[in-house]
Amino acid sequence: MPGRVSIFVTCIVDQVFPRVGLAMAEVLERIGYTIDFREQQTCCGQPAFNSGYRAEAAQVAEHFIRTFRDADFVVVPSGSCASMIGHHYFDVFPPESAMHEEAQYLGPRVWELSRFLTEVAKVEDVGAKFEQTVTYHDSCHALRELHIKEAPRRLLRKVRGLTLKEMSVAEECCGFGGTFSIKFPEVSGGMARTKIDSIHGTGASTVVSIDSSCLMQLQGALSRAGSKVRTMHLAEVLASREPQS
Amino acid sequence: MMMTRERLVQIQNAVADTKLQNAVYSATARLKEKRQEVVEELPEYQELRTHAAALKKHALENLDHYLEQFEANVIAHGGKVVWARDGDEAAGFILDIARQRGVKMVVKSKSMVTEEIHLNQRLEEHGIEAVETDLGEYIQQLAKEPPFHIIAPACHKTRQDIAEIFRKGLNTECGDEPEQQAGLARRVLREKFLEAGIGISGANFLVADSGALLIVENEGNARLCTTAPKIHIAVTGIEKIIPRAQDLAVFLKLLARSATGQLLTVYTSLLGGPRRPGDVDGPEEFYVVLMDNGRSRLLADKEKRESLNCIRCGACLNACPVYRKIGGHNYPWTYSGPIGAIITPQYKGVLQDPWLPFASSLCGACAEVCPVKIDIPKILLDLRRDVVAERTQASSNRLEKWAFQGYSWLMRHPRLYALAGRLGAIGAKLPFATRIGPAAKWGQVREVPMPASESFRAQWRKRKAAK
Ligand code: SF4
Repeated sequence: MPGRVSIFVTCIVDQVFPRVGLAMAEVLERIGYTIDFREQQTCCGQPAFNSGYRAEAAQVAEHFIRTFRDADFVVVPSGSCASMIGHHYFDVFPPESAMHEEAQYLGPRVWELSRFLTEVAKVEDVGAKFEQTVTYHDSCHALRELHIKEAPRRLLRKVRGLTLKEMSVAEECCGFGGTFSIKFPEVSGGMARTKIDSIHGTGASTVVSIDSSCLMQLQGALSRAGSKVRTMHLAEVLASREPQS
Repeated sequence: MMMTRERLVQIQNAVADTKLQNAVYSATARLKEKRQEVVEELPEYQELRTHAAALKKHALENLDHYLEQFEANVIAHGGKVVWARDGDEAAGFILDIARQRGVKMVVKSKSMVTEEIHLNQRLEEHGIEAVETDLGEYIQQLAKEPPFHIIAPACHKTRQDIAEIFRKGLNTECGDEPEQQAGLARRVLREKFLEAGIGISGANFLVADSGALLIVENEGNARLCTTAPKIHIAVTGIEKIIPRAQDLAVFLKLLARSATGQLLTVYTSLLGGPRRPGDVDGPEEFYVVLMDNGRSRLLADKEKRESLNCIRCGACLNACPVYRKIGGHNYPWTYSGPIGAIITPQYKGVLQDPWLPFASSLCGACAEVCPVKIDIPKILLDLRRDVVAERTQASSNRLEKWAFQGYSWLMRHPRLYALAGRLGAIGAKLPFATRIGPAAKWGQVREVPMPASESFRAQWRKRKAAK
């Protein structure tokens, strides 16, 4: 039975892709949830953690835990951030540390959006309509750390007018990888090109994912290549109701 | 960026080299797809991985016991175990034997451990010719290049490249057909097998309870290397030990499948010592050189010890999008790809090539295919932490450290974070904004995203007020 859910929109959505956060809120409200947005929220700490700065990551993680410690559900429009909280907080807070138990308590309450919809809310049809051919990019942490493969596809298949066409290398990394993308731009860009070749091979107009960071990488590479294909977060597709121009 | 200019240029060149990219991408794709097919047909695949990882863990935790057992069994069969602390000691032993027996030529079957200690070079410095007999290794030797890939040393070469290498290296005509090329190599190498006084091999597994070593291969050259010459010397790392012969059932099911997508390799040889009276073939002398060369240091680090689980199948290379872009020659040491990225810093010290653990998007494709379940992304993250710790101690990362301290502080002060975000959004509109700092790096290969003119939190507040 729907109730109240907290949302953690992630720092990148807050600052760069607010429309994704709004779309997520809209979808959740549409199926009956009340949204709790805590203004204390900022980042999960992943940038520092992935860069080897554990102490700094721990401080930010602690802030995250304090912000959401009494929430029953925290829904996140990102597999990567959800995995940081659910898995890597234990690397940040090893068993002997003070925050370990808190991390253990909060971890299972944090849900990536597509998982939350299909497993907690138990809906696949959220009443969306999107008349386009789309292809789905499996983001790495969602796929390999959270084992999210089918949930977003099940949701997409229920969208009216939408055709899902799989690309040949859906599971290959887009090349983002956080600071990797600016530490090794040539390699990161090369990985994106492999991916967009595969996207183009499907003839889809839109590439969908559940992580805005991957989409930022892919959109940047698509635009640089002069491609007409655009990127959309799953939440945006699920929020759509009108035929797209 | 902690990386030499030279290395950076090499990486840029590799990424821009379409021919190389195509060769590597298709060779690794083939191996990757074949592996995928055969593991999907093996219902117990995941259990086998778990079992293999547990066996490796047990063997490494009791390494001294199993190594002693292995040695005792080798001696009982009439062979000899030689303990080598490093490449000097291993090469020293081989040179002594060669000198005593008057050997001028050795044949070698594929061995990454001998690459690790530059054995060929050391032998040649002492006037001993070392001939690689694995086709891929032979091509690389003629091309004067180290192996490009753990199991497919010349996978970056097209058949036209190979024809050219044979023409130059052997001073003879050679066409573009792989069969023809293999035939030519076989003819040349046959002479070498007959002439060589010593055969040097590696080992895939050392079986403690039977004092035998196991070698898998597809060309039959390892079989010849280990039986035709009068002396066989296997050079291998101490971590290759497994407790019992019956454990091979687990590892052999995983190794060929992970490496080449075969159910089993064409040849699987279990070698247990010198020729005994009545044997039809086999060497007169049999030595196993057990190398440490830094392995005991890895063993001491419980957190990353599982790095020694590796059975060198190469599956992680084929799965790795970074390896597939930069190729096998842009890793600082003998071992390339994800496994190279985690063991090189452990063998050489993290500050030697501090960029290496960062050259990954942490996609996890490596760990997904590793037959012995090495958690490569986790080890990369731990190594990043170690790099930062050592650089902080040496005060060589002040700016970066400040940046992350600043980040952490800002993220704990939501109002200031929001304000900084808005200032950033205004700053991003400045004409030069995309030409400096990280935005410029990003913009080298992609269009730079613009921060939204209104953040989520600002829009949310308005939305709530309107309701
Ligand atoms: S790390 Fe794993 S996948 Fe990579 S070569 Fe070693 S055993 Fe194979």
